[in-house]
Amino acid sequence: MKKVFKGRVICKGSYEGECVVSKQGLNTLATFQKSALKNAEQIIGSDQNNPYVYGKNLTGVALVLPQTIGSTTGGLVIQTICQMGINPAALLFSEEIDSLAASGVILAKNWENSNIIAIDKLGPEILEELKTGDRIKVGEDGSVSLVD
Amino acid sequence: MKLTKEERAILDGKEGQTKAKIMQTLVEFGELFGAEEFVPVTTSGHLVTSFGIGLLKPVYRIMDEIIEAGLKTPHPFTVDPRPIDYKNVKCGLLNKLVFSKIMYSQQKHYEEQLSKIGLKNQNAFTCTCYLPEVGNIPRYGDVLSWAESSAVVFANSVLGARCNRNSGMLDIFGALLGKVPKFGLLTDEGRKANWKIEVKTSSLPEAQVLGSAIGMKVMEDVPYVVGLDKFLGTELDDTAISYLKDFGAATASNGAVGLYHIQNLTPEAKEFGEKLLNKDYKTYVIDDAELERVYKSYPVMWKNADAKPTLCFIGCPHLSFGQLITWTQRIGEALKEAGRKKVKVRTIMTSAPDVVEKFKTTPEYEKLMSYGVKLSSICPLMYTNNPIAGGKPIITNSNKLRTYSKSRYYRDDDIVKIICGVKA
Repeated sequence: MKKVFKGRVICKGSYEGECVVSKQGLNTLATFQKSALKNAEQIIGSDQNNPYVYGKNLTGVALVLPQTIGSTTGGLVIQTICQMGINPAALLFSEEIDSLAASGVILAKNWENSNIIAIDKLGPEILEELKTGDRIKVGEDGSVSLVD
Repeated sequence: MKLTKEERAILDGKEGQTKAKIMQTLVEFGELFGAEEFVPVTTSGHLVTSFGIGLLKPVYRIMDEIIEAGLKTPHPFTVDPRPIDYKNVKCGLLNKLVFSKIMYSQQKHYEEQLSKIGLKNQNAFTCTCYLPEVGNIPRYGDVLSWAESSAVVFANSVLGARCNRNSGMLDIFGALLGKVPKFGLLTDEGRKANWKIEVKTSSLPEAQVLGSAIGMKVMEDVPYVVGLDKFLGTELDDTAISYLKDFGAATASNGAVGLYHIQNLTPEAKEFGEKLLNKDYKTYVIDDAELERVYKSYPVMWKNADAKPTLCFIGCPHLSFGQLITWTQRIGEALKEAGRKKVKVRTIMTSAPDVVEKFKTTPEYEKLMSYGVKLSSICPLMYTNNPIAGGKPIITNSNKLRTYSKSRYYRDDDIVKIICGVKA
């Protein structure tokens, strides 16, 4: 039987599509800033210290990660990419969401009417089970599973 | 969250829709982390967003909304450094065009907005607001609504204030409301350590590499560091404070550390000792070999790894007064050794406007200028955000700048040799 991960819903929504998995903490500013600064139509991960996302398209995908790290501009960066409409469709956290990412998705929801999905506490196993490029399904109930 | 009558009224829009939306955002934020109540902010704020970067449209729109609603912070606040200083950080026409017209096109407008909601003064632009010359210094136990990762970790760890790692925008919201949700680093429990870091190096480790190693290991957990007092002593003197400023900035940018304890040195470690360690803490031993491993793991992002550096930034976070004096002496000695009068690599040192003003009254300032070094109060990171300027081979002693740009990190001893042309 397919493994179904269940987490806490922070911003509700459903999604089916590709995922990108960062097995290490995602530095929000370092990852998103270059594409956002260029006013690009899609985000190409620009954190040189994170090989899991460096050079990869992150717009419209489900980004699976432990937590975000780095500068306290992080939340604002998430809000901005949501306002620009180039955000990942879903942020799926294996751990409890960190305060910066939490700020970002709450700001995006309340001030930008963004429909970015955020689920946390999915458990560390999800980082091993899912591989970048896998097709996954995200449910409104906070479930995440592989699509055959 | 249990709201007071007054807080409930704000949430219900009795004080306007903007304030209600701000309250709603902070309530949702607090509830996510199990906060049960708000606590009053007890002192001045510090904001991370100092740059009028064109793309941050949400910021300017929300600021306009705040101004229109007539909201102002009860205490004057400080803010991170400005991005541009053409007088001391000269650049060509094309760079100027990118900086002023494309990247930071909103700078003037944004600074006007900041002034309208409670900016302290025109010298308030620095990431080191807690230095004595700047004067935004929280007391032990103060509750803050700050952002800027390096300032938050300093205030929590070295001053014993209480502040979560707030994001930009939420820092303004908390400062405007005069309240923040109580959770995480605002609670006694949240200030306990999950990691014991055993420093077993042969000498005082490079602050920025030690901080980087710890940040990458513990991520957002609280580390309790033992073995560092052997080198730093047990008093928070100028040297220790400057060291911890740089160490903390690296823990926060290479990881997500918001608080650290240094045994026998930082206030809570002095008061509670190893009682601050949670029962199931993990241990990370750092010796000379581990620091070397971490240092060598930093990727070189220059197009040509063997290129000669054309620019050097020293001062991210901004240098303290004592560090300006020490760097001037070090550069002077190295130039003497190299038989040179001026630095070989264009070098910019950065420090808070108030610290620079004080430094200008000392003989060291004239010396530093005679060495050809420039002194500015910009944020080097915002300079390197310009793809033309940041694409050049830049060197730095800042692990934070390394993380967010293509700049190449060197330890202090190596940096001084490179900029002064001392042969290895």
